[in-house]
Amino acid sequence: MAIEPILSARGLVKRYGRVTALDYADFDLYPGEILAVIGDNGAGKSSLIKAISGAVTPDEGEIRLDGKQVQFRSPMEAREAGIETVYQNLALSPALSIADNMFLGREIRKPGVLGSWFRMLDRPAMEKRARDKLSELGLMTIQNINQAVETLSGGQRQGVAVARAAAFGSKVVIMDEPTAALGVKESRKVLELILDVRARGLPIVLISHNMPHVFEVADRIHIHRLGKRLTVIDPKEYTMSDAVAFMTGAKAPAQPVAA
Amino acid sequence: MTEAQEFERVLDESDKNVASFEHSEISFLKRAQHFLHSTPAAVPLIVLVLAIIIFGVAIGGRFFSSYTLTLILQQIAIVGILGAAQTLVILTAGIDLSIGVIMVISAVIMGNCAITYGIPTPIAIGIGMGVGGLCGMLNGFLVAFMKLPPFIVTLGTWSIVMATNFIYSANETIRDADVDAQAPLLHFFAISFRLGTAVLTLGVIAMVLLVLVLWYILNHTAWGRHVYAVGDDPEAAKLSGIQTKRVLLAVYTISGVIAAFAAWVSIGRNGSISPSAAVTDYNLQAITATVIGGISLFGGRGSILGTLFGAMIVGVVSMGLNMLGADPQWKVLLTGVLIIAAVAVDQWIRKVSV
Repeated sequence: MAIEPILSARGLVKRYGRVTALDYADFDLYPGEILAVIGDNGAGKSSLIKAISGAVTPDEGEIRLDGKQVQFRSPMEAREAGIETVYQNLALSPALSIADNMFLGREIRKPGVLGSWFRMLDRPAMEKRARDKLSELGLMTIQNINQAVETLSGGQRQGVAVARAAAFGSKVVIMDEPTAALGVKESRKVLELILDVRARGLPIVLISHNMPHVFEVADRIHIHRLGKRLTVIDPKEYTMSDAVAFMTGAKAPAQPVAA
Repeated sequence: MTEAQEFERVLDESDKNVASFEHSEISFLKRAQHFLHSTPAAVPLIVLVLAIIIFGVAIGGRFFSSYTLTLILQQIAIVGILGAAQTLVILTAGIDLSIGVIMVISAVIMGNCAITYGIPTPIAIGIGMGVGGLCGMLNGFLVAFMKLPPFIVTLGTWSIVMATNFIYSANETIRDADVDAQAPLLHFFAISFRLGTAVLTLGVIAMVLLVLVLWYILNHTAWGRHVYAVGDDPEAAKLSGIQTKRVLLAVYTISGVIAAFAAWVSIGRNGSISPSAAVTDYNLQAITATVIGGISLFGGRGSILGTLFGAMIVGVVSMGLNMLGADPQWKVLLTGVLIIAAVAVDQWIRKVSV
């Protein structure tokens, strides 16, 4: 293939005691695409995602970002390399404001003595960037950037988490079950948000159990089964029932890896 | 716009106001709840003002004199400083039961170093601060790295430090006159000056400055925000890239250092240095001030200014009842009521919704 994957993994292994969560799993994400990762419960989806987002360190195997081998020992290192993750629980601090949350762990300090000696935060700059990012993604129904995240609705919180990822993710955005806790209308908004982020040129890894959502937005679907990549399918060529059959083992795919 | 799926087609006719805010029809109570949610120090400040007014009316002009009001400040200086340390710990959803005895052992060590061993006083104070910091660091290590519950850890270190204090000092008091003669610097915070009838000690000023400095750190530095985030949702904080263990270790260590600082102030206030002060429930008084000050025991919520107001409320109530000639037990009873009321208000505020 002419295009090189932006993020790839080969032969990832992760064992928890006697359980093998990842059994020589492979993974490829190409620039500008939405890659959905589906699999039955216990197939090792989350372990795969945790490995590429730095939350766990695989026992074996290698991960390449932009062709260069990388090793993440913490989510922070993956973030620094440009991989942002929107966790299922969103990883937002409920009592802190929207702006504080967006910059949590990478705050901007005031220039000059105030910042270097007194470590003073540059609130106006952080608020402005937070506001810009939210309006860019069409989320400016949120009036007050200083309101606590716990006063927002589920969809708005998801919006804040996605905006945070889009604001800082320079290479890849990973989204874990972004629509799982949302209603029909809020899900629709989040799906639009996902396409919006892709339109900005960022490739997205989407983990979801929701087949209609996966088939709607994904460019390719990575099917995970028994700790490894079973196959990658094009959602236009297969039906949802095919995908479910592959994922549960009811049917074997025509070729092992279609991409 | 993504293409809608079959089951979503009907959405076109549905109510489109999905993410808008309903701004009309917000009751006064809701508004108040919202205000208190965003201004956590407001509740204790209101209670403090009410307490001053009530006792002022009941007692008369005597109570409003700047002499009485500044005397209250002198009485709460030690508990206020300990409360500031306790606030840091409680903001991380922890609790520090050992804070009072850390203060006492630090005072004893400062006194022994300066007077019994004849070490220069500034170094003796430094050693005392170091011991306080080490005790705090032990708490922090056990909480952050061994993942033991803060209540249990500090319950244990409370006993350990108290016993060490008595064993080490053989329960010998260092007399006021000896401190004055050999290490007057230990009495530094007793220095007082008058503004009219108001009497302020350096200890009172130190308490207010400490609270202001901590307020700045907690609200205007990244580290301060991290303290709140760790207490609010440790998992989210970790995923956001905060080194939660380091934050916890630092918080408990700083709490120990502040306790040792309170020791220096307490030598000024008490004059002599007595190891038997370890039986005083300073830790509970500090927790009381913190809770009445609106710091949530569940972590992540509250303003350190509230702790200062909380300590003042206890001081005003005890002074007021004292001047009214009431049985001292009434003060204890009222403090208990205030604690329960404060936690009830905290729970109500946490239920805020837009």
